[in-house]
Amino acid sequence: MRREPPRALADYAPLFFPALMLIVFFVVPFSIMIAVSFFKRNPAGFYTPDFVFDNYARFLTTFFGSVLGFSLLLAILVAVCCVVIAFPFTYLLTKRSRAVQTVWLVGLLSVLSLSEVIIGFAWSTLFSRTAGITNLFVAIGLMKEPVALLPSFWAVLTGMVYQALPYTILVLYPALVRLDPTLLEAARTLGASPVRAFFNVVTPALRNTIVATLIMVFVFALGSYLLPQILGRPSNWTLSVLITDQAIYQSNMPFAAAMAVFLVLISLALVGLTLLAGRKESAL
Amino acid sequence: MNVLRRLYFVLVALFLAAPLIVVAGVSVNQKQELTFPPKGFSLAWYGQIFNDPEWRLALIHSVTLAICSAAIAVAIALPLAWFLWRRIAPWANIFQVLGLAPFILPPVITALGFLSFWATVGLFGQFYTAIISHAIFFVTLPLVTLSLGFASIDRSLVEAASTMGADDRTVLKTVVLPLILPYLVSGFAFAFVLSLNEYIVAYMTIGFTTETLPIKIFNALRYGYTPTMAAVSIFFVTVAALVFGAIAYFGDIRRLLGAMSSDS
Repeated sequence: MRREPPRALADYAPLFFPALMLIVFFVVPFSIMIAVSFFKRNPAGFYTPDFVFDNYARFLTTFFGSVLGFSLLLAILVAVCCVVIAFPFTYLLTKRSRAVQTVWLVGLLSVLSLSEVIIGFAWSTLFSRTAGITNLFVAIGLMKEPVALLPSFWAVLTGMVYQALPYTILVLYPALVRLDPTLLEAARTLGASPVRAFFNVVTPALRNTIVATLIMVFVFALGSYLLPQILGRPSNWTLSVLITDQAIYQSNMPFAAAMAVFLVLISLALVGLTLLAGRKESAL
Repeated sequence: MNVLRRLYFVLVALFLAAPLIVVAGVSVNQKQELTFPPKGFSLAWYGQIFNDPEWRLALIHSVTLAICSAAIAVAIALPLAWFLWRRIAPWANIFQVLGLAPFILPPVITALGFLSFWATVGLFGQFYTAIISHAIFFVTLPLVTLSLGFASIDRSLVEAASTMGADDRTVLKTVVLPLILPYLVSGFAFAFVLSLNEYIVAYMTIGFTTETLPIKIFNALRYGYTPTMAAVSIFFVTVAALVFGAIAYFGDIRRLLGAMSSDS
């Protein structure tokens, strides 16, 4: 059956339910959130309708500026760490047998699906004094007595890299698995060592993929809302933590909404950049 | 070279497994304390997930939420993916973008959108609001797997069926649905596992009235750690590994994740 444009009204029928659900439960909530960001806070309830820019004006404080700066820097750091670890790894993985790949993919998906709550709990246990990794160091004589490694910035960074690494590998996987094998063969025939072929042929060929992945992991890391709370000090809190905190504990929905709108704008701009990078790739 | 490569795989595996190994160790402690290596051995904490009324209730909430929301997500994604495959209607792609958006945006934002919505319509706190919210949040997964499934159908098969006189409905029932069934099942399974683990959307919709397992773990974190939490975490990893393992066993997980069709 060839694809054909819908002719009768009945041809549109299958679209009805999905369109209704997505509009009512995604477009409308999103619009309400944007509206709420201009509302006034109501300590007794959720908000009072209004039209003020107060919530956005609060962005101009130094506190907010430093949280924003920290969030962006942390997300960049996570993205760079993940891609540096994941790119060679994924490349090597695609060279393994299909069975080995399948086992790894199942494992990666299992870790990826873990709740942030569980990742936070697992790492706080691993970094704790009583059950932590330092007990192992004591056992092999590297340290005198076990210490707690959290709360600290490094704990937050480790937790977030852990959370984003499976995602990074799975984003890189399709591009690397589809990489034209003749490219590598040519390099090898011309006498390049495997390592040199990887750095001088594979990496430049996938330059745009790498940039797109960096941006996607960056957006993914921006969304981390629990790990900075569980593993870090309040000074390690990110914009996402602040949004959760304002919405739930300070019950200041309008301010939370304003921050969320701002975060959407950043994310959208970056996703747009990703698409642009992807387009250039396919044009090559 | 080979040694270096192996070492690299081992290090990545160790990094990914280390927290889970420690949590697994902690979960079998005999007494209610978090020590590693564990002191004594007891599976009592796993029993507590099913025996303790609070944990059991949270488990029931989580499973109900995951099954219902995954079913609704598939119900939204299937007709949409079918329509996009069957018809030429470029403007309908907007719904595909809408279906992908909730998953690409930072989850806090989607969660806050749902919170504002349910609070505004006055249904805040009802259990079914979380089901609908999760269905929308995870609709991306069945949408992606089903789009892949439809794309893999050889159109000449469908053409043959309609030349032989099968109408649209018959073609759908006898040719299309059997072919995309594996993709439908994996879409459901992905949405199910992620919904089971999801925290922030569930928390912002029903967190004040109902506890799902991730919410219960987070609430329990504040009152101190117990081995039960470790047991629940291991339970989650096991469920996820079993589900994805089953998908890999019965289907082609490499293809689902973007590798080209297995042998062609």
